[in-house]
Amino acid sequence: MNPSADAEIKTTHAPDEIEQVRRMVQSCIQCGTCTGSCPNAFAMDLTPRQLWQHVLLGRREAVFHSRTFTLCSACYFCTLRCPRGLPLTEAMHALKQAAARERLPRYRPVTAFFRHFMESVRRHGRVNELEFMTLYFAEMKNPLLPLRYSGLGMRLTAKGKLPLRWPLRRKRPLEALFRKAAELEEGR
Amino acid sequence: MKYHYYPGCSLEGTALEYDRSTRAVLAALGVELSEIEGWSCCGASAAEATSALLALVLPARNLALAERQAAPMDVLVPCSACYLNLKTVQEKTRTDSGLAATINTVLGEEQLHLHGRLRVRHLLDVLAADLGAEAIRPKVVRPLTGLRIAPYYGCQCLRPYADFDDPELPVSMEPLIRVAGAEVFPWRMGGRCCGASHMSTQREVGTALVADILDAARGADAVVTVCPMCQMNLEAFQGAAGRAVGKDLHISVLYLPQLIGLALGLGAGEMGLDMNLAFHAGVKQKIAFAAAATGTPRTARDKAREHGRGFSAAGETC
Repeated sequence: MNPSADAEIKTTHAPDEIEQVRRMVQSCIQCGTCTGSCPNAFAMDLTPRQLWQHVLLGRREAVFHSRTFTLCSACYFCTLRCPRGLPLTEAMHALKQAAARERLPRYRPVTAFFRHFMESVRRHGRVNELEFMTLYFAEMKNPLLPLRYSGLGMRLTAKGKLPLRWPLRRKRPLEALFRKAAELEEGR
Repeated sequence: MKYHYYPGCSLEGTALEYDRSTRAVLAALGVELSEIEGWSCCGASAAEATSALLALVLPARNLALAERQAAPMDVLVPCSACYLNLKTVQEKTRTDSGLAATINTVLGEEQLHLHGRLRVRHLLDVLAADLGAEAIRPKVVRPLTGLRIAPYYGCQCLRPYADFDDPELPVSMEPLIRVAGAEVFPWRMGGRCCGASHMSTQREVGTALVADILDAARGADAVVTVCPMCQMNLEAFQGAAGRAVGKDLHISVLYLPQLIGLALGLGAGEMGLDMNLAFHAGVKQKIAFAAAATGTPRTARDKAREHGRGFSAAGETC
């Protein structure tokens, strides 16, 4: 655990976020059904069961140094099978939301993707794939990243499924909803 | 039979052929769709990763629009991610009046209000339960004899709500595949996860999950899906998945309504079959061969043309 990463976490509001998630999983009995059901557990540094244990103990450094919650693909197997009926997929979402809100640098490759997706929805009401991927590439500043998508992009364009036009209309049809939702969430 | 129709963003872009084939097949089966006017994004998997409230407000907006627009009808959704987002807000607001009030406070900005009167239904549920194989059978003009189909359901039409099928070992597609004249390829991967947006954010993990599924499908002629994200993951990354496990994992991947449409004799264009990224020549030949062998080489369209009149609906008996 390097010192700069420690400083990054201490300057955030992570304790509140952990407390909210702790309430969601507080009756966890550490049976490990979630881990056994998770299709992504093989790639995680902490198994889901271990992650919940850290949450229960309020160890925010361990939670926010782990990649585990970013690897949740929302398949809902753990939620379906949890013998305590805990909303585990939602708890994973809550951790993703905390990482996005705090803009923790270590999660940026994942949170930037979703943030730009939402920005495109905010501007146009529906997602514009070309625009949001362009904004995402711009933030990531990795010249090799777009290459990973170029083959697929060209195939989709050839099939007429990815119109190569930048959206011109800027009516921002969902602006009021986005603003009101943010106001209520910040005030809670 | 009439439904509100929520296509969702993918069906206007990367999944155009899912929209086209859904509309064509439902029309042929006598189902009427009323597209929700002014619909917007449901939040996909991005809203839940950024804001808990927006993840509910965005789908709620679409349900509120549908409630305002016509007599109460079920809302039909072909995309599993959209389906789950819309269904989640419907389920949560039904049991949590405080949450419903908060959502309505936000919707009030657009003079909208969610009453929670409409049922949210997945396309698969409507095809399997409201219509059912027996309603489709008389309209099958080109049975897909000899084709082995691996039914892939993915996650979010099954879990967490388990509204219309077994959430672990789903079977609702099987009668629909059989009524189309094809065989069901026996496997246990139908409800496995394709990795969803991992293909964009954590490519290696997504590739591993896709390779598992495609590997298990070897021996089938095609995989059939009911979700744009599953479809994209399974059709667009077959080369990379194959290289990761050192096997040839190329296989045709079709949307369920495309498969049914083929059996109903609908034209390839109507179902956007030229837009699929993985629809291989071997399977196309097998479909043509099946049509010839069963003595029904002519589609409803051909027959209509021979009778010297325009093609109206595939379902009509000529």
